[in-house]
Amino acid sequence: MEPFRKIDEVAAPMGTPNVDTDQIIPARFLWRMRDDGWGHLLFNDLRFNDDGSEKPQFVLNRAEYRPARVLVADRNFGCGSSREHAVWSLYDYGFRAVIAPSFGDIFFNNSFQNGLLPIVQPIEVCEALRAALEQKPGAHIQVDLEAQKIIAPDGTEFDFTIDPFRKECLLAGTDEVRFTLSQADKIAAFEKTYENGMPWM
Amino acid sequence: MTIMAGPATLFEKIWGAHEIVVRPDGATLLHIDRHLVHDGSNNAFRTLQEKKLPVRRPDRTFATPDHYVSTLGRGLTAINDPNRRSMVEDLKVNAKETGVTLFDLGDKRQGIVHVVGPEQGLSQPGMIIVCGDSHTATHGAMGALAFGVGASEVAHVLATQTLWQKKPRNMRITVDGELGPGVHAKDVILAIIAKISAAGGTGHAIEYAGSAIRSLSIEGRLTICNMSIEAGARAGMVAPDDTTFEYLQGRPYAPKGADWDKALSFWRTLPTDEGAAFDREVHLDAAEIAPMVTWGTSPESASPITGNVPDPAGAGDAVRRDSMERALNYMGLEPGMALSDIKVDRVFIGSCTNSRIEDLRAAAKLANGRKTVVPSMVVPGSGLVKAQAEAEGLDAIFRRAGFEWREAGCSMCVGMNGDLVAPGERCASTSNRNFVGRQGKGARTHLVSPVMAVAAAVSGKLTDVRTLMARH
Ligand code: SF4
Repeated sequence: MEPFRKIDEVAAPMGTPNVDTDQIIPARFLWRMRDDGWGHLLFNDLRFNDDGSEKPQFVLNRAEYRPARVLVADRNFGCGSSREHAVWSLYDYGFRAVIAPSFGDIFFNNSFQNGLLPIVQPIEVCEALRAALEQKPGAHIQVDLEAQKIIAPDGTEFDFTIDPFRKECLLAGTDEVRFTLSQADKIAAFEKTYENGMPWM
Repeated sequence: MTIMAGPATLFEKIWGAHEIVVRPDGATLLHIDRHLVHDGSNNAFRTLQEKKLPVRRPDRTFATPDHYVSTLGRGLTAINDPNRRSMVEDLKVNAKETGVTLFDLGDKRQGIVHVVGPEQGLSQPGMIIVCGDSHTATHGAMGALAFGVGASEVAHVLATQTLWQKKPRNMRITVDGELGPGVHAKDVILAIIAKISAAGGTGHAIEYAGSAIRSLSIEGRLTICNMSIEAGARAGMVAPDDTTFEYLQGRPYAPKGADWDKALSFWRTLPTDEGAAFDREVHLDAAEIAPMVTWGTSPESASPITGNVPDPAGAGDAVRRDSMERALNYMGLEPGMALSDIKVDRVFIGSCTNSRIEDLRAAAKLANGRKTVVPSMVVPGSGLVKAQAEAEGLDAIFRRAGFEWREAGCSMCVGMNGDLVAPGERCASTSNRNFVGRQGKGARTHLVSPVMAVAAAVSGKLTDVRTLMARH
């Protein structure tokens, strides 16, 4: 995983609540493997017509938003299925951060595992950011993970909170499995006591 | 391991018993008792191979193919599409190479992973159970803490038998009173989601409590816990009681002999203590719940069948109005029309929400002596459910009524095996998600209980099952 530090990138607004992972990546593509590449399939049915042509009104099909690396969404973004393919699709398209009032819990966890930063902001902040991006298509949002700040196109700063463990892993680009394996003795000791006490488990 | 001082909730007791490492920032390394794996998990096995890591505890890991299997026949050859077939083949290879127990095609124990776990007695009170699937909360009905994870976390559990998690908040949803005739567990959970919204449970583990929940069978509790994720919660659970213990006793993987007695006395300590505090409490009156249907593209858009399609003009704010308009447009519905006037093109009875034996019994009872007027199918949740239903003659009832009787799998819940609803077609479905395109591109889904699905199948429109019961 690539370390995440600070970005200053084009942001796209997506003001629909409950964008589920079936929208982000439809189920019919899920047989593909991780390295097959997923960016071209992101939001497939929202982005493309049946004949493969683009739906011009979809936000990422508008020239100014095409290079977006930050998404400003609405409540409950990434709800539904646990498919990590949703995160892979966003990441492979180029997204590095999603800002929303709330996220689907599993999507939220999956994001950290892949270097995509989910940022929770109050509804009003998300609305204001989306309005700013609509007014000035192609405007940038800065995300500073170290300082836990986002900077709106007009320079307004907003703080965000993040789990320290998650932050540490993102900043370092750490592989969680390796980190956990370094605790192998603790795991083994736990298992021994646990299984002695509850042999049927 | 943390022993609770003072009164604790079911969730807190299970969480505390599984803590291996608790960091000062709250990140907790949890021990995982059961890891269930399905035919969508091949990316996680690939990750392990790339890292050259073995599966740490194959004895705690159980696999079965469900998403990609054909419901028209058993065996790999029944899967026409090579990409789908390779998903099922890969699971077999991965299980074999890693020593994980596999209930494969051709084995009666194969089925939807969330039906198989409880059925085999793999899902037990007090356990932490995970699976790379969002409907893992289902197993919480056994008095376990069960939640879905993504592919990276599946790989993490395979490699370490642990997971890093942050403790969720704890919510209790109490449903007291008696359910009316024709009202089932599915209606209860749809009513709950309509009340608290699709994000209402976000960040929480939900405990379902109250006399209406207590009086449900395990099958009914599984249906309720199953859709916790549709309320935004990763975990939903019901305290274990005699209903749970009776269900478990004698199942293949349930404890036996002296272990059973030991387990039983432990399980009895698990229910939430009197006076334990929840971060949030929600109450519903069972008597007020009617048979429910969804009219939109989120499970929160559920209403009693006696109601009407809502008018976006009445929505509080512009965002809500806009999303309702879009949903009604996709669903092809007019504001104000009676829900019971909505014609359906097809009916699906199945999925990890409603494909257990009790669901099929209730559906067959209503279907008996009636005729479907639209294409309708029944897909049992496992090979064992299918065999049981056939032993009881339910398959014959369904067939006589015009239903197709299929082999076990996820099927039309998500259509990954090719069982799809055609674009523009309207389906009354006992599954759990009415998302845009969920059952196929352009498919329109109305979520209902199994008896409401039968009512729709024999009337050709969404129908209050109670009007049929009166005439039965
Ligand atoms: S039946 Fe549907 S919801 Fe359940 S595991 Fe299968 S695809 Fe997922």
